[in-house]
Amino acid sequence: MNSRQLRQSLWFSIFGLLTLAVVAAIVVIFYRIGRDGLGVLSWEFLTKPPRRNMTEGGIMPAIVGTFYVSVLTLVISVPVGMAGAIYLHEYAGQSWLVRVIKLSIRNLSGVPSIVYGLFGLGLFAATFKLGTSLLTSALTLALMSLPWVITASEEALKAVPNGFREASFGLGATRWQTISRVVLPNAVPGMATGAILALARAAGETAPILLTGAAFFLPRLPRSPGDRFMALPYHLYILATQHTQIETVRPLAYGTALVLIAMVMLLNLVAIIWRYRIRKNRLW
Amino acid sequence: MLKLEKDILTDKPEVDPAEGRDHVLAQEFSVFYGDSEAVARVSFGIPARLVTAIIGPSGCGKSTFLRAINRMNDLIPHCHVTGGLVFDGKNIYSKQIDVVALRRRIGMVFQNPNPFPKSVFDNVAYGPRLAGIRRKSRLSEIVEQSLTRAALWDEVKDRLGQNALGLSGGQQQRLCIARALAVEPEILLMDEPTSALDPQSTARIEDLIGELRGDYTIIIVTHNMQQAARVSDMTAFLYEGRLIEFGSTKKLFTKPEEKRTEDYITGRFG
Amino acid sequence: MKRTGIAPESHLQANTFRRKLIDQFIRFGFLCSGLLVTAILLLIFGFLISKSWPALIEIGPMEFLTGQRWMPSSPRGAGYGALPMILSSIVVTVAALIIAVPWGVGAAIFINEIAPTKLKELLKPFIEMLAIFPSVVLGFFGLVALGPFIANLFGLSSGLNGLTGAIVLAVMSLPTIVSISEDALNSVPNAYREASYGLGANRWETIARVSLPSASSGIIAGVMLGFGRAVGETMAILMAAGNALNMPITEILGMPVPTLMKSVRTLTANIAIEGSDVAWGSLHYHSLFVLALILFVITFAVNLVADIMHNRFHKLNRAR
Repeated sequence: MNSRQLRQSLWFSIFGLLTLAVVAAIVVIFYRIGRDGLGVLSWEFLTKPPRRNMTEGGIMPAIVGTFYVSVLTLVISVPVGMAGAIYLHEYAGQSWLVRVIKLSIRNLSGVPSIVYGLFGLGLFAATFKLGTSLLTSALTLALMSLPWVITASEEALKAVPNGFREASFGLGATRWQTISRVVLPNAVPGMATGAILALARAAGETAPILLTGAAFFLPRLPRSPGDRFMALPYHLYILATQHTQIETVRPLAYGTALVLIAMVMLLNLVAIIWRYRIRKNRLW
Repeated sequence: MLKLEKDILTDKPEVDPAEGRDHVLAQEFSVFYGDSEAVARVSFGIPARLVTAIIGPSGCGKSTFLRAINRMNDLIPHCHVTGGLVFDGKNIYSKQIDVVALRRRIGMVFQNPNPFPKSVFDNVAYGPRLAGIRRKSRLSEIVEQSLTRAALWDEVKDRLGQNALGLSGGQQQRLCIARALAVEPEILLMDEPTSALDPQSTARIEDLIGELRGDYTIIIVTHNMQQAARVSDMTAFLYEGRLIEFGSTKKLFTKPEEKRTEDYITGRFG
Repeated sequence: MKRTGIAPESHLQANTFRRKLIDQFIRFGFLCSGLLVTAILLLIFGFLISKSWPALIEIGPMEFLTGQRWMPSSPRGAGYGALPMILSSIVVTVAALIIAVPWGVGAAIFINEIAPTKLKELLKPFIEMLAIFPSVVLGFFGLVALGPFIANLFGLSSGLNGLTGAIVLAVMSLPTIVSISEDALNSVPNAYREASYGLGANRWETIARVSLPSASSGIIAGVMLGFGRAVGETMAILMAAGNALNMPITEILGMPVPTLMKSVRTLTANIAIEGSDVAWGSLHYHSLFVLALILFVITFAVNLVADIMHNRFHKLNRAR
């Protein structure tokens, strides 16, 4: 083997090892959380509220709270995001205004999550007097998820062949008729997968809800959007760092982490399978 | 001259463009994409209820001109026109023209068959529904008439509810023609309607064009000169955006006046 | 064929006013939703400025940027120096990228240029899985697994320091850096590679001298983007980096040098810790908005530069 080949083999092994290290990191994270979390998982853990200062019992209110806040978030952000995407892709063309909006979307997605949190606290909770609540958290998360929803919706609109639009216009349809009768029926499934992925991301977010409405411990489930709520990611943060008996609750923290990962991965899996089925079943 | 073309052309009647009214009249008409002139100061009249073919090498502006007639180019950014394009006594590009109404009177069939991913029935009923027709019996009537007119009824009458994308390419294109006919246009624009089809389907579409001749003004863009010779009464030859020659198909293919026309139809370029 | 009367003759102008009005109205509605995004960005920026204003006036911007004592609620003379947090944010983020960039780019080269297709198709979704981990879970992993490991390795009493935080951040930015580097490598025209092989270069020489240099500006744009993300990351760094207010600086031979061996608290972590129980409207409250404003400006500037570089890279690629 000459020195050139030797050098190539050496570098290729280094790159191989780096890739292996990425895979190893993922495996180790899964293994640690899976190993220590599985032992805690039980029917009771999933369906009962915490007991005895959260040293025993389950995480049901946190699961339900996460579900509430992420769904409420999507209820707010999906219609607005879809409408924005429709404007950008179906109406706008290529004006300076579109460039400004697109730049805003990219910058908005780069704003740190904690800045959203403080902004939501200052605007919704303090200025609009909504207090720290489910609604404040959902509004904050909705602002944060808007760029994700718009981007995903735009991708779904891009996937609709232009021939459909041309055919519709050629038959004397107005732009809105074309959008509502031809474009949207074909884009909505794709938009829905995007919405599920956004739901998964929103469910895992901690920083925005930390300041705007997530509660340390609540004996009951929220009854209205004005109530505070427990949430899985915040519950994990509390159990891991803020609890007075940190070592006692560590297993519960592992269990919470495992449930959170499982939930997020399940949502992603649903989206992936759905997207796969759409692609397989569509004829165009 | 190609031998085949002569055979096709022998029993074709000589058509005098002066006879009958001009359905669409281009007067010094130009189309620009940004600064580049895709169609350059074209002037000619397209006679009513005949088949007019527009031929020319790719990039000569023939599709652009066709799409200008029902203002499909409006959808392309930075596209603008100068000169006149008159339909029904009015300039198509005047401010008073309602594009939507215009497109209902000037239908279009595209290069690739583009049925909607809906049922056969819903595809044909799309235009009538846009026009506000709701009654099922009325819609059924229109769908049957249009499909019959497009020579597709016998093949699809038992599967009107099935997705149109399950049809063969040739059937899809005839469905698109039926869909355009259902709006009852006066003019039918066809943008290389057979270029994506096999020879057999192509022949069926060409037959169909023959059957529609006389009821509709048909303007067909094609890169296939034999097709132009077979189906059209009049032919316009465009080259680099300019109209080189326009006349009866028989004359243009047998006694072209321009050297460039002759070079093109004999296959010396393009 | 019987006429159905859908399109009566000479109705080119008929009935258009009402429909045009409806269409314009709908268009306007969609336009508003599009503009909303820009409005929100401006609103956030304006709101941060207006809420920071009282603190900036009373304390002065220089105290925030250069002061080293952060004790907003101290009864004996409050301090508003944010320098330790600003430096911590920057030091930890830069360290994270120093780890993540060679790691991620190396992995991207392996996946894109070396791995056989089947392995590539397995590796890509597997690495993308990292992107769906909530940051609080990775922070938890740093806290319970990586921290003790680092403590053992360096013989420290606590492993929750800048290094642990940086490693967790590095792992978090890996999927972004891998996928952007891969995109950049993918957009290098194959003709370049073929030309290089044709001149007798082997695969590594082709990667090192042709693929990587052509992809570098795209990769750098990705790195900038990763910087923006990492500097704004909250939960992972809050849980893994020890969360103590320290200057991330040590002295070696009398020279100040950045260090990762101290526990640190970043700008993001501080807002998270203090934001939940601060009295609304107090000077402390307003001073937290100053921290948020600093963060916003940093990430905005970095993202803007990344954006410009990304556009330039793709324009260049389209040109060739």
